[in-house]
Amino acid sequence: MASVTFEKITKRFGSFTACENLDLEIRDGEFVCLLGPSGCGKTTTLRMMAGLETPTSGRVLIGDRDVTAVHPKDRKIAMVFQDYALYPHMNLADNISYPLKVRGESREARHAEARRVGDVLQIGHLMERMPAQISGGQQQRTSLARALVTPSEVYLFDEPLSNLDAKLRLDARGFLNHLQRDLGITAVYVTHDQAEAMALATRIAVMDRGRIVHYAPPLEIYHRPATTFVASFVGNPPMNLIDCTARIEGGALVLEAEGLTVPKLPVTPAIEAAAAEGKMTFGVRPEHLWIADGSEAGQIAGELFANENMGPESLVTLARTKDSRLTARLFTDEPLNLPETTRLGFATTHVHLFGPDGVRVPGVDE
Amino acid sequence: MKRFSLLSARAGATFMSPAGLLVGAFVIVPFFWVIFVSFTNRSLLGPTALNPDFVWFQNYIELFTSGRGVEPGTFGFSLILTVQFVLFSALIGQALLGLLLAWLLQQVPKSVKGFTETMVIGAWILPEVVIGFAWFAFLDYDNGTLNGILDALGLPRGDWLLDYPFWVIVVFNTWRGTAFSMMLFNSAFASIPPSYFQAADVAGASSWQKFRDIGLPLIRGHVVTDLILITMWTFNVFTPFLLTRGGPGGQTEVLSIYTYRVAFRDFDFGKGAAVGVVVMLINLAFALFYLWVARKRTPRKEAT
Repeated sequence: MASVTFEKITKRFGSFTACENLDLEIRDGEFVCLLGPSGCGKTTTLRMMAGLETPTSGRVLIGDRDVTAVHPKDRKIAMVFQDYALYPHMNLADNISYPLKVRGESREARHAEARRVGDVLQIGHLMERMPAQISGGQQQRTSLARALVTPSEVYLFDEPLSNLDAKLRLDARGFLNHLQRDLGITAVYVTHDQAEAMALATRIAVMDRGRIVHYAPPLEIYHRPATTFVASFVGNPPMNLIDCTARIEGGALVLEAEGLTVPKLPVTPAIEAAAAEGKMTFGVRPEHLWIADGSEAGQIAGELFANENMGPESLVTLARTKDSRLTARLFTDEPLNLPETTRLGFATTHVHLFGPDGVRVPGVDE
Repeated sequence: MKRFSLLSARAGATFMSPAGLLVGAFVIVPFFWVIFVSFTNRSLLGPTALNPDFVWFQNYIELFTSGRGVEPGTFGFSLILTVQFVLFSALIGQALLGLLLAWLLQQVPKSVKGFTETMVIGAWILPEVVIGFAWFAFLDYDNGTLNGILDALGLPRGDWLLDYPFWVIVVFNTWRGTAFSMMLFNSAFASIPPSYFQAADVAGASSWQKFRDIGLPLIRGHVVTDLILITMWTFNVFTPFLLTRGGPGGQTEVLSIYTYRVAFRDFDFGKGAAVGVVVMLINLAFALFYLWVARKRTPRKEAT
């Protein structure tokens, strides 16, 4: 096991910049998720850790070792690929033990080892099968087994669950979480699925256009997203964001937008500075909204747009203006009969504030 | 099951008939005609030109008995020569060199790859007569380019076409045909997902291990196809004639040139047709053998 450090890494493909001046530190035993939309540079970052791409500038360290120019095979890493990269002409035992074969271990020894790892991953009874003869979930675990068969300092995962259907993905996610608890490996995991990142990571690095915009434990990212981008990426459904006019009046912050009623909020120096430009973004998570009974100080009103009952919860979408919608996540298994104009309530403790540049403005209690 | 068709069977047959007539007239009829002629003593000149006799297997028996052994000019010599020619120029030369080049091209920068591909394909798309003349000019004793280079380097010149005629046509055919194998293997390698090789890289595999364990097994079907095609092409190739005319002294008289000489210079149509039939049977045997290998599902036993 070892730490991984990125020092001012920049990667360009021609005129396209995939990663810009990236600093990232992954501690020994940590499970870090690189989370972001496609094209944000997360896979490129992972591939630079693996040595499959060379940074244009900057240094990559594994432990204390500078591996920037080191070939993948000498980095003591293991990697799980999005398409699993299982060899169709080898059975599972040969596939899993291939890293041992290239090290010259005997057929018996490496097959025994493949079997042992296979048993841990519940595919031990399939060792004679070919990859085409097993299910997608089993293929995924086979590629995982191949990564685990040799002791490595860092384990890299490139969207390993994205080729599975929804139910299998949940199973495999739980399995990975269990494995991480068991083995305590250092792992870097690329995904565009925020739920996967929340479920697995000890820390999440949210990436946007080649930069890391927020690097923190999952709940920190959920409770205090660093920017509007992070707020709108993490959470399902993501945070509701409303652009407001802002001014300081009588020592309190006054936010105004169509349909929005916000009680006066206490002012800090940071809030005062952000409000000076007259614009701020108000945010509240869907699960922190409820159907208003009229007594609330904080309310949002809008035309009912959609009312989706999912069983244990309902998603209610309101059109606050013609092109601004917000969603509430209501934990009820009863059918909801809502009027055409619906009002949602919220508590001021759940309000997130962002400055005109999209950066989080800490509230009074932070 | 209901079959869907664009045209009625009659309309389809109408459209097919011109092509069918041409194929019949120029492929199928000559095919059986050659087999028939091979059992006669038909020739261009002399009494048997107009009234050939049916001689049964006389032509075939002569092929395998005349000349008492394998000196140049006999069928036996040409057959052995052709097998050697196929072995060296097609299997070792084109296929092995093509495979090596294709593998090396996977690991070089795109610009180098593009340049190499262009050069090799250049050798392949030029007309045969042009290439034949170019090589003749290259190897000429008095004014040839090769001897010119050797002179400049202070090395002794050689009379390549006279002293090493067999190796000249082997090198020539290798140079000429490697492009096909290279392109075929190149596209075969390119069809393997890059993650297979990256996974092997991470696992610590060397280039040779990646080739042996992943690259080669995954393009096995392409290798078999390539071997069938180049073996048959090389078996029938006539281009060495442009360099050596089968000489000197019949030393480079591969089967195609032998057939040509017997049929169109000695005007012994019957015997020429017999050679043609034998060559066809050999090609058929090759094709069946390779198809059998390709279909056979061999459980992979790895050497450890």
